[in-house]
Order: sequence, then structure tokens, then C-alpha cells
Amino acid sequence: MNDIVSLLTPLSVHTPRFVTYTEKGWHLDALIVTERIIDATRVLADAGYTLETITGVDWPEQGNIELVYDLFHSDRRERAVLRVRIGRDGAEAKSISSLFSGAAWHEREAHDFFGVRFEGLADHTPLLLAEDADYHPLRKDYGAQANDVHQT
Amino acid sequence: MYTKHKEETFVLNLGPQHPATHGVLRIKLTMDGEYIVNAEPVLGYIHRMHEKMAENRTYAQYLPNLSRLDYLGAISFSLAHCLIVEKACGIEVPERATVIRVIMAELNRITSHLLWFGALIVDLGGFTPMLYIFDDREKIIDMMDSITGSRLTFCYLRFGGVSCDIDDTFIAGVRDIVPYMRTRLKMYHALVSRNAILQERLVGIGNITPEMCRSYGASGAVARASGVKHDVRQAEPYSGYERYDFDIPMSTDGDSMARFSVKMEEMEQSLRIIEQAVKNVPAGAYRNGKVPRTLTPAVGDFYQAVETPRGAFGIRMVSDGSNTPYRMKLRSPCLSNLSLLPEVVEGMLLADMLAFMGSLDLVIPEIDR
Repeated sequence: MNDIVSLLTPLSVHTPRFVTYTEKGWHLDALIVTERIIDATRVLADAGYTLETITGVDWPEQGNIELVYDLFHSDRRERAVLRVRIGRDGAEAKSISSLFSGAAWHEREAHDFFGVRFEGLADHTPLLLAEDADYHPLRKDYGAQANDVHQT
Repeated sequence: MYTKHKEETFVLNLGPQHPATHGVLRIKLTMDGEYIVNAEPVLGYIHRMHEKMAENRTYAQYLPNLSRLDYLGAISFSLAHCLIVEKACGIEVPERATVIRVIMAELNRITSHLLWFGALIVDLGGFTPMLYIFDDREKIIDMMDSITGSRLTFCYLRFGGVSCDIDDTFIAGVRDIVPYMRTRLKMYHALVSRNAILQERLVGIGNITPEMCRSYGASGAVARASGVKHDVRQAEPYSGYERYDFDIPMSTDGDSMARFSVKMEEMEQSLRIIEQAVKNVPAGAYRNGKVPRTLTPAVGDFYQAVETPRGAFGIRMVSDGSNTPYRMKLRSPCLSNLSLLPEVVEGMLLADMLAFMGSLDLVIPEIDR
């Protein structure tokens, strides 16, 4: 994994760190500079990793949304986690769907739930929400009241 | 690759209420006669926002939600939730409970695979195997029902164990079902696997390459039938799977027939695991009695993958130290497996696409969450 760390280090905010698998469930954790996520993903794609999922976590106090990319290597049996932080207002990130075709649906889902737009993603129509959905239910300020309005 | 047959194309709407999609999945097809030019799955018809539900209930209150994701392989899904909470809270699971969990998960895998087998043959126009498998499946479900109290949407696992202990009747029943299922599987192979119509409909149809599996994140039998040797039970053993001797059925053909063979063989392997597990169920507690009523996991995030009947299911849980999850991401195996459909079915005959979808073994509530 050290080869990957040395390639990821220039793209990361801090040096990528190893985590204890038995405690956390993955091996390598890296906070990537937002603009360099495609390069970072390419490092793992070239090493033979596959993309398991992309998800978001909303942190309103810090004013940003964290995007988490879970990757897995089936031969080495290693898990790597890439993270980027983007602003909550006008949230935008770069799409990695050119590297992993499966990313398109995960990014559409992240757009549904968090309102993150992905530069380079062809289709932003809601994947799981209603086709006219303009709300993002996994943002922390989406509360019970808003929920009532959208129930049909 | 698709080659043009006629000048005009038309749009065909498959679903959301269509028997071949086995649930509320809609596929918007652009057709050139009987050939598919373009396929676009439209999801979300049974979306219930399980991930938001997690954020406003406690860890224990969320337990029933997991079995509503995939009503055919519920034990594996609740197992993932229990394992991740146990990991985050440092809860010990007694030996007896881990063995019970494995027996239940594998029995559940067999019932799920049996229904897939029956449904696939129905998709191809054969009805009899469906009636046969319901007979077998009901036998297994009755046994599980006698312990868990439910037939499909089990809420049987608890943090630190299971809700009820298994009894001697159950163990004797499981011992008997293993040789019985082996003779039945032999019969299914004789009845179906070498059937000329089945071969015509599955061999060479719906080819998936290992590169596609990697690009789309496909897992489970879909990946293993395309030569990707990956099973979470062996790659990242949980609940004591490393102690059991079993093979990962593989194929490099990548067509619908390969997926069929791999899944049929998986039932044999599940029987092997059950046989070993039931031979030596450790005595002792079936549940850790020291688990606190209110769980407050450590601050941070956690990941847990399990091998469900349909592939690798994963949970990413973020805890803020309170008694409810801050974020609970459910990584669905079928979502990734379905996402490669548009690429595979381009240029395919419509009837072949239905057979191909049958071989993917989709459960829609688990995709839509």
C-alpha cells in the first residue's frame, strides 16, 4: 500500500493515514484536495481498485459537505477511503464517472440527497427521488416540516 | 455492438408493474423492432429513504428496517447492521451466537437462491420448478420461523447475539435438510440445467467482462461468473466464516449461463457451511447479557461489508457519540449490479434482456432503499 500512499500524498490535504482495519473496517484513509479527486481516483483505479460507493455527510457547523469514496481491491483485499470537503452553498465536485462507469449512479444519488452537482456528470435527473424533486433530504437542515410538504 | 435493422425506432416502457422485473422497476427502452437500441432503468418507485430514517431513531429501533431492504435475504442485511454497531461499541458476541448467525444466514441464502432459480425459469416460460422450489423453500422457512417468529422480514439478530436460542428440534431439522436439499439440487440439475431450451436462452447471452465488473462495482455471483474471485466471506471474514471450509464457485464465461451455474453451486456450498456449523454448535449464552440498553458508539465512522445472497452489501456509519447515527449509508449490491444493464443489453433481443435480468437476481426494494 506504500506505493499508493506516495502517489496520493501530493494530492492530499494531509499525508494519507493507515487505520486499524479491525476497529474501522478499512485500511487507508486520505483527505484529498477537492480539485484533485480525479487524479487520486485514477491512482487507485490504475492499481486495480474498484469503486464500491460514493456518499456524502453533511456538516453544517463546519459549513461543508464531506464526500466519501469507498474503494476496494479484490486481490489485495484492501479497502481505501478517499474524502473531499466541499462548501455547502453551491456544492460542486468533479465527477469520476469517466474512470468508473458505476460512479454515475452514485453521484446522481449524492445529488438527490445532498444537492451536490458533479462537473462532468451528464445526467443530474433524480435517481431515487421523484422526478420533480428540488429538495435534498439528507442535508441536516431538511427537517420534519419540510418532510410533510413533500409527502404525497 | 448494436447494428441498425430498420429506419424507425420506438420507445417501449417496461414496468414499473411488470412480472419480469419482479418488483417495481421501470426500464425505458428504445427499440428497433425486437432489438434494444438503448435501455434506461428508472429507479425510485419503492424508495423509502431508509438512510434518513436511521438518523431519527436509535440503533436498536433501526434493526427492523434492515430486513425490509431485501425481503429475500434479510438475515445478511441485519447481520451487517449488528456487526457495525458491535464494532463501534466494542460489544463481544458469544461463540454460540456467531454460529447461530451463520446457520441462519446460510439457510436464508438457500431460500433466496431457490426463489431466484424458480423465478428465472418462470421468466423463461417453465412453471414446474417454481412449484418444486416453493416446497423446499417452505420447509426451510418453517424451521427458521419456529425460532425467529417470522418468515421473511426477520428481526432476529440483536447487538451481541440473537433474540432467541435454537433448540434441539431445529438442530435436528437442519441436520435432515442438508442431505434432503442435496438430493433436490441433483434433481433440479437433472430437470433444468441441461435442458436444451435453457441452454439456448442463457448460453452466450449477456456477456459481462471482468473489466465491466470493476468499472461498475459489480459483486456477488455477477462478478464471480465473470472471473472476479471475490466473496466477502473469504476476503474479509466476519462472524467466524474463516473457520468454515467452503469453495467460491467461479466461472470465466461471463454469460447468463455462468451466473446460473455459479448460483446453483453456491447453494451446495451453503449446505457445506451449514453442515459444519450444525455439527458443533458451542454451548453457552446465545446473547451477550451486558449490552447496555442505550448504545452510544464512539465518535467516528465505521464500515462493514457482508456477502448477501446478491453480492457485497456495505454499511458506512458515522457516529457523533449520541444514541442515534449521524449518517448511515447503505451500499446496495443490486444497484451496482443493475447499473451495468444498459451497456450489456445494447443490441440484444428484448426476450433475451428479460432472461439476462433474471440471471442478475435483482431485489428492487434493496436498490431503491
